[in-house]
Amino acid sequence: MHIKYESFVREPLVNSEKDYHQVTEDIISPIEKKPGRMWYVGFLFSVALLLYGVFSVSWSVYWGLGTWGVNKTIGWGWDITNFVWWVGIGHAGTLISAILLLFRQGWRTGVNRAAEAMTIFAVMCAGQFPIFHMGRVWDGFFVLPYPNSRGPLWPNFNSPLLWDVFAISTYFTVSLLFWYSGLIPDFATVRDRAKTKFRKMTYGFASFGWTGTAKNWQRHEALSLVLAGLATPLVLSVHTIVSFDFATSVIPGWHTTIFPPYFVAGAVFSGFAMVQTLLVITRKILHLEEYITIGHLEAMNKVIVLTGSIVGIAYLTELFMSWYSGAWGEQAAFKWRILGPYWWSYWAMMTCNVVSPQLFWVKKLRRNIPFTFVMSIVVNIGMWFERFVIIVTSLYRDWIPGSWAYYSPQWPEVGFYLGTFGLFFTCYFLFAKYFPVIAVAEIKFVLKTSGENYKRNMQAIENQSNEEFLHEVETDHASHEEVAHH
Amino acid sequence: MAIKKFAVACYDDEEVLFPAVKQVRNSGYKIHDVYTPFAVHGLDEALGHKSTDLHIAGFIFGLTGTSTAVGFISWIFTSDWPLNFGGKPHFSLPAWIPITFELTVLFAAVGMVLTFCYLNQIMPGVKKHVFHPRQSDDMFVMALELNEHATEQEAIDFLKSTGAKETSVQIAEAGWWYGRFDKPEEYERLNA
Repeated sequence: MHIKYESFVREPLVNSEKDYHQVTEDIISPIEKKPGRMWYVGFLFSVALLLYGVFSVSWSVYWGLGTWGVNKTIGWGWDITNFVWWVGIGHAGTLISAILLLFRQGWRTGVNRAAEAMTIFAVMCAGQFPIFHMGRVWDGFFVLPYPNSRGPLWPNFNSPLLWDVFAISTYFTVSLLFWYSGLIPDFATVRDRAKTKFRKMTYGFASFGWTGTAKNWQRHEALSLVLAGLATPLVLSVHTIVSFDFATSVIPGWHTTIFPPYFVAGAVFSGFAMVQTLLVITRKILHLEEYITIGHLEAMNKVIVLTGSIVGIAYLTELFMSWYSGAWGEQAAFKWRILGPYWWSYWAMMTCNVVSPQLFWVKKLRRNIPFTFVMSIVVNIGMWFERFVIIVTSLYRDWIPGSWAYYSPQWPEVGFYLGTFGLFFTCYFLFAKYFPVIAVAEIKFVLKTSGENYKRNMQAIENQSNEEFLHEVETDHASHEEVAHH
Repeated sequence: MAIKKFAVACYDDEEVLFPAVKQVRNSGYKIHDVYTPFAVHGLDEALGHKSTDLHIAGFIFGLTGTSTAVGFISWIFTSDWPLNFGGKPHFSLPAWIPITFELTVLFAAVGMVLTFCYLNQIMPGVKKHVFHPRQSDDMFVMALELNEHATEQEAIDFLKSTGAKETSVQIAEAGWWYGRFDKPEEYERLNA
């Protein structure tokens, strides 16, 4: 059993009077009700966007990538920008559920389920871009290492692009397993209180027949801990490998060793911003303000200001290194990046990512919900520009001035991007309606130490002397040992 | 799989459950299982369960992934179809680290989840008897196996004395079967 005392210094993770049943009631009952008008409007709008995306992609596949704005000089445009952007967003979920679990951050329990769902949907969106960038997408399976009739000619295992295939598919699979293993007990909760036959059947199927015996839970804890241990280096490896797509090349502006940590920090930065965007809305619509408190939002804003500052230092380091390297190619790349025809993208990135998040040093602003919401969108705009800056402004003025070019996206590229928003929000709306948006079992686990009404009872323990408190903990422990040896 | 008779007690707090488990074990009743809505730390020890070896399975699956990646890539690039990438050695281990790492994690995670499902005997389509619909909500449910030595009434009275809020006697399938949770009649057929 964990220690019974929780400091007053920490604010409660669950507000107002709650007991176990009330927690179930608050989180599960939205699944059992008919969704509101806003849900239908939002869902249908997302599906419409998704269909527009399907149309744009079909157009691109049918007519070929000539329909896109990319050219011989700028071979990667919106498509790869969007890929890196979505993958980056897909980092917050696993960071919250895995790394914060290892760091024993109690506040993760309120937000991990939704954040991880967001991760999975973001990675699904990200995956579309490299696949359709192949052009002849029907040959896409060539990236898989299987015995084939072409030799067998294998993919190049030394190429960062193939590492990416492995990294992203592994990341998707492991995140999905981690998410679903946490969902199984909560689906059992939905199943056991289901009033309709259909709900009982579907959630019975989805819960795998979970009953929650002592042994079940013991293995569940072991599984969560090891999966967290595995997912922690995994989440760091994914964006590291994405950065290798650039860093292992010899293009000025890409060929730098700072890329892996810089990309990971940027990924966490944008991922937390997307979590904020979604949760600020979700907590309001599903009335979960007592579980996703302002304290939760503030904690995530702290992560945003930290990672935003890391990203800012990385930008300045890049500038310093290009000057200090003495390599004129590097210097020219950064000169054209900052002052060339794409100057606006560089300065949009700088403003949104480095300057504006510094406002989060002010506590009042960290705890201000409308400000948090606006800032979360500003950060994601900034992080989109970061990827655009890295990709397009490193390419558009290359070694031969005769091949310098400019790039603007064409409608199928824009449509493709909008379509991934459709995919993302369609999935998120379905998730918010049919899944427990907060990990019910995990909230119950922390309720007696972190719930507001239980915290009030800590006053008695607070008044105890150290000797009294330690004596109680020891006897408590000893009585369990005794039972175990029996 | 077997149909058995159970005396079932529901507690509304884990702090009542722990002394109850101790009393029941001391009195010689056989605890079939305890069902809780969330992980109650120390309950496995209190019931005398050994710690799980699931993480060892994870380690073995991870090693399988590592050796699969290294073995497969080195076979391909040194013997099956050696390619010359700018004069670099065919056996270029550093470049294989990313894929080796990813496959280690992938094998460990997938293997562990499958082992977890196998050990817990859970799968889509599997059905188990739910002793109390609130065992996944706010009730801590203990089921005792009844046999010829223990009469129903004695067991129920004893459970009440340990602080149970609700008690009942149930005849149920102790294991799992393929079935649907929306079909209670299936359970009656099993009992017939």
